[in-house]
Amino acid sequence: MEIIDILFTASFWAAAIRIASPLIFATLGELICERAGVLNLGIEGIMVAGAFAGWMAVYSGTALWTGVCVAMLVGMLFGLLHSTLTVPFGLSQHVVGLGITLLATSSTYYAYRLALPEVTSPPKIAAFQPYEIPILSDIPLLGPALFSQTPLTYLAFILVGVVSLVLYRTPLGLAVRAAGENPAAVAAQGLSVTAIRMGAVMVGSGLMAVGGAFLTMSAFDSFFFEMVNGRGWICIALVVFGSWRPGKALLGAILFAAFDALQIRVQQTSLGTHVPYQIFLMMPYILSILALILMSRRAQVPAALMVPFNKGER
Amino acid sequence: MRLEPIKKPTLARKLTPPAIALTTTIVIASLLAMVAGANPFNVIGLILKGSFGSTFAILETLNRATPLIFTGLAVAVAFRAKFWNIGAEAQLYAGALMTVLLGTGTLPWPSMAILPTIIIASILAGAIVLLVPALLKTRFGVDEVVTTLLFNFIFLLFISMLLEGVLKDPMGMGWPKSARLIPEARLPRIVDGLRLHWGFGLAIFSAVCIWIIQTRSTLGYEMRAVGLNKEAAAFAGIPVNIVILKTALLSGGLAALAGFSEVAGLKGSLTLDLSPGFGYTGIIVAMLALLNPLGVVLAALFVAGIFVGADSMSRAADVPTYLADIMLATALLLMVLAILLTRFRVVRE
Repeated sequence: MEIIDILFTASFWAAAIRIASPLIFATLGELICERAGVLNLGIEGIMVAGAFAGWMAVYSGTALWTGVCVAMLVGMLFGLLHSTLTVPFGLSQHVVGLGITLLATSSTYYAYRLALPEVTSPPKIAAFQPYEIPILSDIPLLGPALFSQTPLTYLAFILVGVVSLVLYRTPLGLAVRAAGENPAAVAAQGLSVTAIRMGAVMVGSGLMAVGGAFLTMSAFDSFFFEMVNGRGWICIALVVFGSWRPGKALLGAILFAAFDALQIRVQQTSLGTHVPYQIFLMMPYILSILALILMSRRAQVPAALMVPFNKGER
Repeated sequence: MRLEPIKKPTLARKLTPPAIALTTTIVIASLLAMVAGANPFNVIGLILKGSFGSTFAILETLNRATPLIFTGLAVAVAFRAKFWNIGAEAQLYAGALMTVLLGTGTLPWPSMAILPTIIIASILAGAIVLLVPALLKTRFGVDEVVTTLLFNFIFLLFISMLLEGVLKDPMGMGWPKSARLIPEARLPRIVDGLRLHWGFGLAIFSAVCIWIIQTRSTLGYEMRAVGLNKEAAAFAGIPVNIVILKTALLSGGLAALAGFSEVAGLKGSLTLDLSPGFGYTGIIVAMLALLNPLGVVLAALFVAGIFVGADSMSRAADVPTYLADIMLATALLLMVLAILLTRFRVVRE
């Protein structure tokens, strides 16, 4: 079986980890927002904005890591806008989120057209290169798959640990989780629900933007329209699939990316020549929906997700 | 800060925030046009001229508003019951697909019955496409926001597959495009010689029907009750899940009419670029209309005016057309805030 053979190649798993990386950033970002009680449907647009901002910064001459920071800052700005409207003003998180996605996407395209009016093919930057971690990268199969990636991929994996640690082992994480479960209790402790939620949305949006930037600065080396192509929505599904837990979300992202890498490879086998390529391209979206069906009954939704908190109101 | 409800808002209180929101949108758009090198005081004038400045411009705006009225109604109906249908794009293509499936061959019906049959079949197609996420919500508790969004991608790929496969027009010079509709399946023009088709009439008719359903029928009452408070509605004996399914059928059917009207009234065949995001723009239309079906017509004209006007402005002043989307997103965000501020006062602590 050709498909089984594919599963045992290092290049397949390396591709899966690479495809998973932007999803890991953005899923962590969405997870932080939702854990604090705010659904952030701006994710798709924020990823577009991050992808452009990081790439544009590097294209204009800054260092790669500065570009990552620029992307993060742009994401946080959109997060500030989102959270100002949804947290103190308590406006519909659905409407504001979709509005932010439209605003971020259209202003990105506008900026792109202004910055590069006369290009037919988008210019390239010197993107992040794979860095082979000494010794570890020599492990057969696992080494080339896990330890010969670009620095941003390592950062994504490290962040999963950091976010788990902060969420479950620090007072800050407790406050964030409580803001999403029982905001009245947080307020009773003398903490500001508004500040916690706004902070969480800003940090989360920053991570989403870095997820977008991974596409233009690590996976590819230039910016295209339609580049994010629904990845943001898939990350929202991954948060549910991961039951709002960073570790499970990481697993979900890798599983999802593995299927995505697999469909690309199966397209090139004898099976792929008989099946229309659109069927393969549909798979990631269908898979996300199936995952939601499987997980939705068991999911531990944060109790105050999408519930605005107005102090003094009971 | 804290929000305090205003018991009896004055007229000034009701009008000032929306007026400020609109002005701010115009100022932001003008500044952005200035960044692009255009004269900022000219932008709004150019947009107005391009959208309502001549008979041709007005007809163009009405044509562009037609699918937006349908998708706007689809969203307004669904959001009223707090059923978050973000998938109007997929349902639109379902309607368009049904239109070319029935309208390209020779039908064994008398020609009088062809258009009504296609309309009903399109409505059913859109309704069924939205029924899937609705059932997933009522049966398995799967959030419809994500499923309807993902369905847009799946359905567009499905259409792409058909257009490159069984539906591909053999005379299409290799383009992924369906065969053309037979003349009996086309929507006629309202006035001979003017480029405006009966899809617009159907859209206005639908808006009135939905308004009647929402204000005068039991279903309308139940949909509002479910939207306001699901638990209370269930307690009052309203079958919440059935109401959600009915809402989905209605919403999906309306969105499908947008696809039908674009194919039968304007394009004559199905291509992958039939809709430049009418389904998503319907959300803006519905929100600007405060989910009121008659308001949807006005909001659709406003949004269509911005799109058509921005197209002609961008040619005249060399400003990227994406300015129209920025204006709409800004108007949407500022307007939802403004409407809140007509009913609440911000109190500092």
